[in-house]
This record gives sequence, C-alpha cells and structure tokens, in this order.
Amino acid sequence: MFHFRSFMLPVSLALLGAFAVIVPTGCKKAPVDAFPASNVVAGWQKTSDTRTFEAKNLWQYIDGDAEQYISAGVVTTSTSDYKYQGQLEAVVDVHTMGNAAGARKILETGQTKDAKIVQLGDAGIAYEQSVIFRKGPYLVRIVAYETTPGAAQALLALAHGVEAKL
Amino acid sequence: MKNRRDFLKTAATGAVLLGSQSKLGLAAGMLDQHATTGKSKVVIARDPLLHSQGGQLDEKRVLDLLDKAIAAYTGHDHPIEAWKHIVPVGKVIGLKTNGLGGKGISTHLALVLAISERLQQAGVKPGNIIVWDRNARDLEACGLTISTDPSRVRCYGSDVAGYEEEPAAFGLAKNVKFSKILTRECDMVIGLPILKDHSMSGVTFAMKNMYGVVQRPNELHGGGCNPGVADLNCIPVVREKVRFTIGDAMTSVYDGGPGFHPERLWQPNALIVGEDRVAIDHTAWQMLERKRAEVGMPTFEAAGRPPRYIATAADAAHNLGVNDPNRIHLMEV
Repeated sequence: MFHFRSFMLPVSLALLGAFAVIVPTGCKKAPVDAFPASNVVAGWQKTSDTRTFEAKNLWQYIDGDAEQYISAGVVTTSTSDYKYQGQLEAVVDVHTMGNAAGARKILETGQTKDAKIVQLGDAGIAYEQSVIFRKGPYLVRIVAYETTPGAAQALLALAHGVEAKL
Repeated sequence: MKNRRDFLKTAATGAVLLGSQSKLGLAAGMLDQHATTGKSKVVIARDPLLHSQGGQLDEKRVLDLLDKAIAAYTGHDHPIEAWKHIVPVGKVIGLKTNGLGGKGISTHLALVLAISERLQQAGVKPGNIIVWDRNARDLEACGLTISTDPSRVRCYGSDVAGYEEEPAAFGLAKNVKFSKILTRECDMVIGLPILKDHSMSGVTFAMKNMYGVVQRPNELHGGGCNPGVADLNCIPVVREKVRFTIGDAMTSVYDGGPGFHPERLWQPNALIVGEDRVAIDHTAWQMLERKRAEVGMPTFEAAGRPPRYIATAADAAHNLGVNDPNRIHLMEV
C-alpha cells in the first residue's frame, strides 16, 4: 500500500499539472506568425520585432481604439513595422478575433465610400495609403505613413505576403 | 469611496483653484482675458500654405504660425516678449505631446522644436524643458529622440519616470496614478494635443490629452469618457499645472480616430491656443463637426458619440472653463 501511494502521488500530480497546462491554452487562439521576413515580399524590410497584445492589454497599444476590437471579440493583436525600399514606412496589425464574424464586423464598421474592393482573403478593401482584409478570424490592417508613387501597389503586395501566412 | 459630501468639497476646492489660476499659473501680468472681457479667449491661427498640395508639411512655416498664434493671444507682437508673459522664470516647463495615434497623427516635431526654441529665447534653460508623453514609443511617433541629459532639452516618457503609488481621485475618476513627470518634475505644463476624432469620446484634444498622464487611462473610458475627462482634469495637480494649450490642428483625423486613418486625414493647417481648456475643446469640436458636415458625415450626436464631457467640464461641479459660445472670445488670425 505504501508503495502504491508513493507511486500514485507523483503520477496524479503530473496528470493534474498536464491538465492545468492543457485546459487554459486549449481555449485560446494562439497568434500566428503572419509577418513576412525581410525581402520575402520584394522591397519590404521588417524593421521591428513583432509585439503581441492580449485583449486585456490592447489599450497599451491602441488606447481609445481598443474597445471596438474587444467588443468584436479580439483575442490578440500583433504588430510590426515595415519599410519599403528604405523609404516608405508602414505598420502591419494582425488582429486575431474569436471568430470570422468579429473580423467581418471590424472590416465593415471602418469602411468608407471611397474604399476599393480588392481580392484578398475572404474580403478586402484598399485606399491610397492602407489595405484592410479579413481571412477567417484574422483581421489585417496595413497602413503607410505617407503616400508615394507606387505605395498602393507595394502595400497590396505586402498584404498578399501576410495573407499567404494566415 | 468618496461620498457626495467629499465630492462637493473637492469640487469646491477646484473652483477656488480655478479662480486663482492666473496667480498660480502663467507669468505675472499674463493674460487674464476672462477677467477683463468676461470671455475666455481662444485663438485659431492658420496658414493655408502650411502643407504642400502633396500633403507635405513645410516645417519652416511652423515657427511663424506659432508666433502668429502667440502674438494674437498675448497682444505682444514680439514673440520672445510674448513668451515671457506665458512662462514663469526659473521653473520647469513640461510639454505634453500626444503620440498615441502613432506616426502620421501625432503632435508634430516641428511644433515641439518651435516651442522649445521660443522658451529658451524667453529665458528657460534647456534642461528646464521636459518634452514628455506616456512612453518612448509615443514620443518617437512624434519624431522625438529620448534624452535625459540635464544640460539639454529633456525628452522621456512616464515609462522612465514612473507613476505615483498614491492614487488621486475626483468624482468617478478613482484610483488615478499620475506620472511623476507631472507630479514631481514639472512646475507648469503646456498641453500639445493633436486634434482627432475619438471612437468613444467623439473628440480628443486639450482635456482628453490628460489621459496620457495617468497609468491606466483605459479605466476612464466609461460613458464615452464622460465624466472621466472632466473628473481627471479637476484633480488639482492637473488643474493647477496644466495651464496653457497649444493645440496642434495642423493635421487631423475627422473620423476613425484616435488611431491613424490616412483615408480620413485632413489638414486644417491651424494651431488652437488658449488657457481655457473647455473653450478650446468646444472650439475644436465645432471645427471637427464642420469638417464632417463638409464630407457628408453625420454629426457626433448622430454617430452616437457626442463629446458630452465638454459640457460636464463646464458645469458647476467641475467649473474648468466655459463651453457657451457667447462666453468664448474666438479670434481667428
């Protein structure tokens, strides 16, 4: 009996530990690495580390904007900076929503009349300085900080590079 | 938890402080426009050539625009003399920028440099000027470089200086922990907000910029930031130290804010200057409303996010300034 108990205790603890690890992560959508490395998309350099914010900390990144994403069910937001041909700076935000409906809600809420429909993911729109698209539970927003000749095409190419990784 | 009696007591103290603001605040002989005209003065200075047709800011014109705004506000044509009427001698002056929206919709570097130049010419030592915001990222979004060298203009965020452990409160703004840059380092703060639409509060400008001086601004977002914005500005350290606003309306977003949405970017090419933060926010709100009407967008009321905190800030419990257009002396130059 003594031997049985001393054998069972570590086994039980190990099982409990494994359960404790599995249960919380099993409910979460882990952020994917959707960020193309430098030169994977021609001309684009990844110029910062990727930062990831959980919903509860999203205000640290986009205080004031965070609530609309939270109400649409955001799980995490990841972001990284890029530069095109050493000049055009842009930021890529990948919002991992709880489901596709959340991504759709954000895309439709932000749409204006001058948006151009683009073939990206499940749905996408583009402006002169930004591209926004959704694919499954992911909502991607790519924004350039200035407008230069060819910027719109370059942004679209980067967006396709992100889409390929989702 | 503060009861109603305590709340009113605090509110009354705030009212006394507001009444004595010109003594505590701006340099001797400043401007007390309200006392002489019965109105709060707000200046909108514009330069239609500030941006090129391609949207590039002509940084060389910013200093002239600043001088025009300050001259109109103070009544002193000579810019250095004018600044001597704004800043007290031998004190530490904070310039609270706003880089929350990231590059593209943050306080312009050219404005910060222009103000720093005039402050030094007016006798403020470089090390007595602190350009600050929440953190390095926000400052870098404005194009600023972090420096804690006391022999130069300093520039760092609350992430470096830290926040007070002891919380402050007013009304529903509870457990507010302020940046030590505000509480311990600055004698006077000049707010340098950038004019933006805001997804919850409608408008973010002079008063809302103070969300960047506390540790957890997200806790003040309830009710469309009403009464959070007004309550926060009523806490004595904000009310007493933040005495002047040079609002950056050179670039703005009229919808989709507070983040950077280039498709809703707009260039009013203006600075909005004054002491009365409520009057400034009311003026800025009207400017955004006109732009939204021009592009066929609904009013903030119709969009479900009117900036109610402005009226709250003007009410008897807060008494931070005036929102009645008849009590605002708007000067456009």
